[in-house]
Amino acid sequence: MESDILQNLYIFLLATFLGLEVIRHVSPLLHTPLMSLTNAISAIAVVGSIVIAGEQKTTLSAVLGTVAVAASMTNIVGGYMITYRMLVMFKKRGPKKS
Amino acid sequence: MEHLIQFAYMGSAACFILALKWMSAVPTARRGVITGILGMLFAVCGTLLLLGPEARAHGWFDTYRWILVAFVVGAIIGVPMAMMPMTAVPQRTALSHAFGALAAALVGTAEYYLRGASLSHFTMTALGLEVLLGYLTFTASLMAFGKLQEILPTRPITYRGQNFVNLSLFGLAALITVLLIVDPSKAPLFPVMSLLALVFGVLLIIPIGGADMPTVISLLNSYAGLSACAMGFVLNNKLLIIAGALDGSSGLILSVIMCKAMNRSFANVLFGAFGQVQVAAATAEKRPVRSAVPEEAAALLESANAVMIVPGYGMAVAQAQHSVRDLFDALTKQGVNVRFAIHPVAGRMPGHMNVLLAEADIPYDKLLEMDEANSELPQTDIALVIGANDVTNPAARTNKASPIYGMPILDVDKARTVMVIKRSMNPGFAGIDNELYYMDKTLMLFGDAKGFTSQILKHLSSANGGSGMH
Repeated sequence: MESDILQNLYIFLLATFLGLEVIRHVSPLLHTPLMSLTNAISAIAVVGSIVIAGEQKTTLSAVLGTVAVAASMTNIVGGYMITYRMLVMFKKRGPKKS
Repeated sequence: MEHLIQFAYMGSAACFILALKWMSAVPTARRGVITGILGMLFAVCGTLLLLGPEARAHGWFDTYRWILVAFVVGAIIGVPMAMMPMTAVPQRTALSHAFGALAAALVGTAEYYLRGASLSHFTMTALGLEVLLGYLTFTASLMAFGKLQEILPTRPITYRGQNFVNLSLFGLAALITVLLIVDPSKAPLFPVMSLLALVFGVLLIIPIGGADMPTVISLLNSYAGLSACAMGFVLNNKLLIIAGALDGSSGLILSVIMCKAMNRSFANVLFGAFGQVQVAAATAEKRPVRSAVPEEAAALLESANAVMIVPGYGMAVAQAQHSVRDLFDALTKQGVNVRFAIHPVAGRMPGHMNVLLAEADIPYDKLLEMDEANSELPQTDIALVIGANDVTNPAARTNKASPIYGMPILDVDKARTVMVIKRSMNPGFAGIDNELYYMDKTLMLFGDAKGFTSQILKHLSSANGGSGMH
């Protein structure tokens, strides 16, 4: 257990630095789609929710888990769809200059 | 099977990293979204497999039925949320932060009641963070949604001792969390902690005004990610840790960018005193301004070589982006070089203006960032300000007494002529008088952003037959 905690902390550290490095280079043009994409990704909470909703150890946990799966799924579907919709709008159609 | 699941999670983590990397530029961004979807697919399928032993023991239907119901419900809510118009994107984003945070908080709550007393101090710390951040982000995001949707008053609401109340409430929540960490079996403390977090979320957003929304939404984005990350520590799941940390850092970077663009600190945004500024500005004396009618504005725009349009939240409110696009098309056809100057905090969320203008079919290479726009503005014939105010106020450069002194602005006043479309002379959100309006080179165009833009359009010669000879 002790070594698990340390490993997890290392992973957290590295993922945070990686995230900072990757996001720093995102063009301000794309800040809104970036946020809706990370919003969809943070619906990764679905992983924990599915386990709890599936195990149904108690009625309480089954209900909480099911609501959590629904909330995460809303963000997965909604988040990816709207991000894609936004990106389709970004066109580089340089109008002719006379 | 265990290995297969771990590889699926690993693939998912790799996809998320690539998705964010490809999101950095427009040509690769769509590939980024597809990769993100793939990553989520890996994660969901891996987790469904994880329940395999459970399903063999209790039957497939019993195990998966509620999950399937929840998938369908999520999809039914998710699709309309993806179809909202682009002007509503800030409130949509706030709402989905609420959903994400709620999911994390509920999982944390369920975990506590399942494992309660057997939790180690470390796991309880992670669980406490997950639940605190989850619940406070949930209510805070709902409040932000209410303000952006204008269900709730958009002006900051302040009262005496507000910071004291907020901080002591937060202190109390933190204290109870610590007590729970010391002894995770103290079950009655758990609902108290959750309730305090829910209330704190509400109180946190009450004093926040519209102009601070970009920072606050980014901060809530970060919290939702960190809450999922804490869940990863509770469940000892590395995929959750990685994805949560990526979101946490993304939200953090965006909030830092927004804070810098307003020359304010986090603490100042959250506990700041923008509400107090209004009183001082209300006494500003009436000074003469020059105004113009659409016909004059049209004639000036036509004779210009380079025009810089500066959009702000007012453009979004008036839904003027499509009229602005028509104006852009008409002027571009006449050989005028029309571009857009986008301030990082223009609008109600990071990048709000870019999405609106992209929706109106304006090519994104015509949208300039602040630095680029500022190096172009001195060579610009006309700067046309539509619905932006504080981000153009030269007092930020010159007047040390101004509350926005030091804030990076678009140097609109350096253009040869400035035109400002504005409803009236009422000061903007921050209640600060804008010196730009009283300059000799400034023409005030009084009217609604959409209406006035259409009026200008009517008077352009290209709109009356294209030849310009009449």
